[in-house]
Amino acid sequence: MREVFLPRSLDEVWDLLDRHPGAAPYAGGTDLLVAIAEGKRSPAALVCLERVGELGGVEERGDRVWLGAAATYSRLLGSPLVQQELPLLCRAMRTVGSPPVRHMGTLGGNVVTASPAGDTLPPLHVLGAEVELASRFSRRLLPIADFVVGPGATRLAPGELLLGVAVPKPPASAVGHHEKVGRRKALACAVASLAAILDLAEDGIVRSARLAWGSVGPTVVRVPEVEAALAGRRLERGLLASLAPAVERAVAPIDDVRASAAYRRVVSGLLLERLSLLGPAA
Amino acid sequence: MRLELVLNDAPAALDVPPDRRVVDLLREELGLKGTKESCGAGDCGACTILVDGESRLSCLMLAAQLQGRAVTTVEGLSPDGSHPLQETFAAHGAVQCGYCTPGMLLAAADLLARDPDPDREAIREGLSGNLCRCTGYVKIVDAVAAASAATVGVPDQRKR
Repeated sequence: MREVFLPRSLDEVWDLLDRHPGAAPYAGGTDLLVAIAEGKRSPAALVCLERVGELGGVEERGDRVWLGAAATYSRLLGSPLVQQELPLLCRAMRTVGSPPVRHMGTLGGNVVTASPAGDTLPPLHVLGAEVELASRFSRRLLPIADFVVGPGATRLAPGELLLGVAVPKPPASAVGHHEKVGRRKALACAVASLAAILDLAEDGIVRSARLAWGSVGPTVVRVPEVEAALAGRRLERGLLASLAPAVERAVAPIDDVRASAAYRRVVSGLLLERLSLLGPAA
Repeated sequence: MRLELVLNDAPAALDVPPDRRVVDLLREELGLKGTKESCGAGDCGACTILVDGESRLSCLMLAAQLQGRAVTTVEGLSPDGSHPLQETFAAHGAVQCGYCTPGMLLAAADLLARDPDPDREAIREGLSGNLCRCTGYVKIVDAVAAASAATVGVPDQRKR
């Protein structure tokens, strides 16, 4: 038998982690409890974070929206602040799992699990999100791109906890785009996905573009060369098609049960071409 | 641990290992065998229950997480099978082998609590976490549409 603790505050969490050094914190359990059932993880005890008040909220903090690590996808999707300020993140969160998975799973869990297929990671990258990490006596902020360093690997230090994610509000002129390709619509890991934030002038000229691909590399893939090439241009099919080979070269997908690496490369380029949906009418 | 909860509208208290999976607690300790287990990994919806009215997967919850919560299993939808969803599932032939049915009913109850008048696309989305390997989805969607019509008092036909 394994102890399961239900702390209500961060102070209680720190005490528990001190007293039970082998304990694993979890929130929704949609990743960790599966890993335990499969014998891949065997923590000495579990600290369930779902009732820790400081981790469950959503707040406006100046020009950022702060999302508590243990806020469920459903909680975030139901927040008027998140709906209004972070529609791109909402679009990605609606593709996670299924309704009960979204009632249980949390943004913090998705970030800390650091799966190459984590649905929220590409939008958090292009939005310039920072993670807030803490232990009893320390707090620090880290850009998401520096936090997730490989499949399942992060810079979370022993005894440290993800408190939340601070997401800058994109400018009003920014247009978000998200597309996920999976084997089916629900209950499916991404085969490839693209999240984009585009700052467009009224005449459709791209002022700046931030693009991030998911599921086609050990972590999220950015292609600065393509972002630079879009600046000052319209999102025309021809231009986008001419840049697709650069995307195919930049991604580093693997073969797995869901798709081959070769297929993922092609899809990655095609996801870029789909940005023409935001461009001038053909 | 001493677990206290409200189970199908009645207070309950029992001694359980805190890391007992909720699906095992319900089926084996409490004899509520309406809740089914299929994949055990959150991919099929067979073990869906309501916790404080919201759908959850009982294979991915531990007993300790139920402390102070209100749990509804399929047995708690109604004392005699007269919940609108149970009646429309029967009337529309939405049950084949029946293994997915408890999870479907509770996922549908969760959906109708959030959206009392869903269109067919919203029903499909609401049930997207529940697999029916008999593939009887059309009649299941029909049944949920009819139950929402029954609940909100509009003609079923409007939903087609």
